[in-house]
Amino acid sequence: MVRKYLFSSDHKVVGLQYALASLLFLLVGFGLILIIRWQLAYPGIPLPLVGGWFGEANAPGGIVLPEFYNQLSGMHGTIMVFLAVVPLAVGAFGNYLVPLQIGAPDMAFPRLNRASFQLYLLGGIIMLVSFAAPGGAAGSGWTSYPPLAVLATEGQTLWLAGMFFVIVSAMLGSVNMITTIVQLRAPGLTWFRLPFFVWSQLVTAFLLLLAFPPLQAAAVLQGMDRLAGTGFFMPTGLVVGGEVLARSGGGSPLLWQHLFWFLAHPEVYVLILPPLGIVAEVLANNARKPLWGYRLMVYAILVLGFLSLIVWAHHMYLTGMSAVLSGFFQATTLIISIPSVIVLSSLVLSLHGGSIRFTTPMLFALAFLPMFGIGGLTGLPLGLASTDIPLHDTNYVVGHFHYVVAPGTMFALFAGIYHWYPRVTGRLLDDWLGRVHFAGSLVCMNVIFWPMLVQGLAGVNRRLYDGGLQYALAQDVLGLNVPMWLGAVGLGLFQLPFIVNVFGSPWFGRVAGRNPWDATTLEWSAAPATVEGAAFQGPQVFRPAYEYSVPGAPHDFLPQDAPGEAR
Amino acid sequence: MTGIPWAVERRPDTGVTNATLGLWLFLAAEVMFFGSLVSAYALLRSGADGWPVQREVVRLPLGILDTLLLLGATAATLRASRALHTGATASYRGWTGAALALGAAFLGASALEWAGLVARGQVPSASLFAGLYFTLTASHAVHLLGALAVSGYLLGPGAGLARLEPARYAHRIAVTAVYWQFVTAVWLVLVVLLYLL
Ligand code: HEM
Ligand SMILES: [Cu+2]
Repeated sequence: MVRKYLFSSDHKVVGLQYALASLLFLLVGFGLILIIRWQLAYPGIPLPLVGGWFGEANAPGGIVLPEFYNQLSGMHGTIMVFLAVVPLAVGAFGNYLVPLQIGAPDMAFPRLNRASFQLYLLGGIIMLVSFAAPGGAAGSGWTSYPPLAVLATEGQTLWLAGMFFVIVSAMLGSVNMITTIVQLRAPGLTWFRLPFFVWSQLVTAFLLLLAFPPLQAAAVLQGMDRLAGTGFFMPTGLVVGGEVLARSGGGSPLLWQHLFWFLAHPEVYVLILPPLGIVAEVLANNARKPLWGYRLMVYAILVLGFLSLIVWAHHMYLTGMSAVLSGFFQATTLIISIPSVIVLSSLVLSLHGGSIRFTTPMLFALAFLPMFGIGGLTGLPLGLASTDIPLHDTNYVVGHFHYVVAPGTMFALFAGIYHWYPRVTGRLLDDWLGRVHFAGSLVCMNVIFWPMLVQGLAGVNRRLYDGGLQYALAQDVLGLNVPMWLGAVGLGLFQLPFIVNVFGSPWFGRVAGRNPWDATTLEWSAAPATVEGAAFQGPQVFRPAYEYSVPGAPHDFLPQDAPGEAR
Repeated sequence: MTGIPWAVERRPDTGVTNATLGLWLFLAAEVMFFGSLVSAYALLRSGADGWPVQREVVRLPLGILDTLLLLGATAATLRASRALHTGATASYRGWTGAALALGAAFLGASALEWAGLVARGQVPSASLFAGLYFTLTASHAVHLLGALAVSGYLLGPGAGLARLEPARYAHRIAVTAVYWQFVTAVWLVLVVLLYLL
């Protein structure tokens, strides 16, 4: 039993391990934000209920100290991006579904897969433990900019160590994923018969593979700065607290920013590509139509993946780069929105003329489209230096990326959970609870994130621990912090039906058949691939991934592996 | 024995085995890793107010010795792999042993260089160059340690596979040899960067 579930190298078990761990991290990351939003809404007023939990050093009398606030926001970002969303999108969905969708017996390197999970878990545990370090967890933001990060307390060293393991895990995982997709496709499953989800995972894996190592290198260099006293990221003659710092300098803080954003911009596409893949699957299945412009979408995300490696400095317009450099990054940033628009438009057009089934996963997928749209559109003014300069480091940026990752990415992941839950457990999630979860989350997320855009446009800096109480520009929009706090509480409450649903439905859910959604892709096929024995028996694929409503066919769907006339 | 296809045979339409593809992907990531360190070196050096004459800080003879040792080790892994393919098991073991010894000698020579630097006050915090020297060579040494561990494992505890699945074993040896070549190539770049430039 322990061997089977704790130390299995089966991709389905590893996928579920990723799912459980990342959902837990999601909860932790959300817990941190509740404290943050309280502090922003009611600065200096003791935290209700949990005020005594954090000790005198962090929250004396339940009042959040600035240093603790910094830890909370830095770790919220770190946990959400590196420990919750990416592991859920790639580790859980990718591991569980890709081998099934391509008719493979397992990942190409099953034991490596298990090791990836263990490294990720180790990194995550180090991050959590860092809260107990002297001086607390890392408080220099998820971007860990030096010189601040180099001079920070012990927690930052643990942050670097945690990132180290997470990065190794992602690198091994992506080697595995690419090899699996290239090598283990079932007979007949040619490149353009792959479900779009598989393509999205392939491009994602390439981004992880190529973009993460520079951050690894940067983490090593920052570790040297902190532990061996080097000055790679430290300028000479830095003045801290009125005194010139006596340590070796000569380095460049901007070097860190380049290395960091070289990873972190592709990372945001890692956050969005698998969700796009999920939405494509759910939309096609529920609209009962083939994806509109499937090939175009595939080419678009290939271009997207490539371009995402050369736009990173749009996070750095305020660093005084030359006009030529700035022009280059503005141009690439605008060009990269073209493939994004293509994918989004194709998804919308896929709905046209479909006979849509409004299932719970479909609701999440449909809401994803406008929400991701808002996120993308709010990104455009940030991509141009002249409009970014006033907006940079305001709450507008925070609003922008939360629209993309919360009602965007997270909604897609929810859609995926509702859609594939019956594949995992054999039972459906409850529809009514699902709809409550959906409607409540949609409303609450907008209540939280829309005011961020408003505050940002008013000029409110994103890093104020008192919510703007002492900030002249914030006075007119200060009041918005209260509804945002209420929205956050509401969002938490509306996750309760989801939690009850996920953990109750294995027992109480309606029993699903082998293919409850009448889907075409291989993971729903009646004859799953097996690993038993030496000779691998896999499916044979006859047709593209989305043969819905084919004229003249006996049903409104033709599974990829159903024999018959090939197309 | 798992049923994963294309572990030993090449998949006809892609022309590679899983391990070959996996290794090349891994190396792509490694190139990005060392590439970033090298770019950091370039950026820091070009932005620095002054730079020491590197050859006066490090000891070129040790660098040359290191290079020769590593080239020898890689050559030995290639001989070992070829020997295994022709079924000459004893010769395979001999050459692998030689590779392990030469690799270990490389690490020894590096340790000598590091100790010398520290003794002369060239600790990592002494200058950007010293810091970069330690960071780059240590990162490389960790990779070499990995190569030694894999070859050592396959020679010792992992040798059982040679009897059970000789083809698979030989494939692993061949793939490992590619990794040795990569580690050596990285060293050649580092020698130019840290000793000659
Ligand atoms: C396609 C259109 C998009 C454009 C043009 C765009 C542009 C930008 C720009 C220029 C910034 C930097 C703003 C600043 O700091 O001043 C930014 C920040 C950010 N974007 Fe986007 N973005 C787009 C889509 C996305 C997507 C799809 C995601 C994630 C899934 C995303 C996530 C983020 C994050 C996390 C940040 C903030 C990082 C930080 O400073 O902490 N963006 N975006
Ligand atoms: Cu970006």
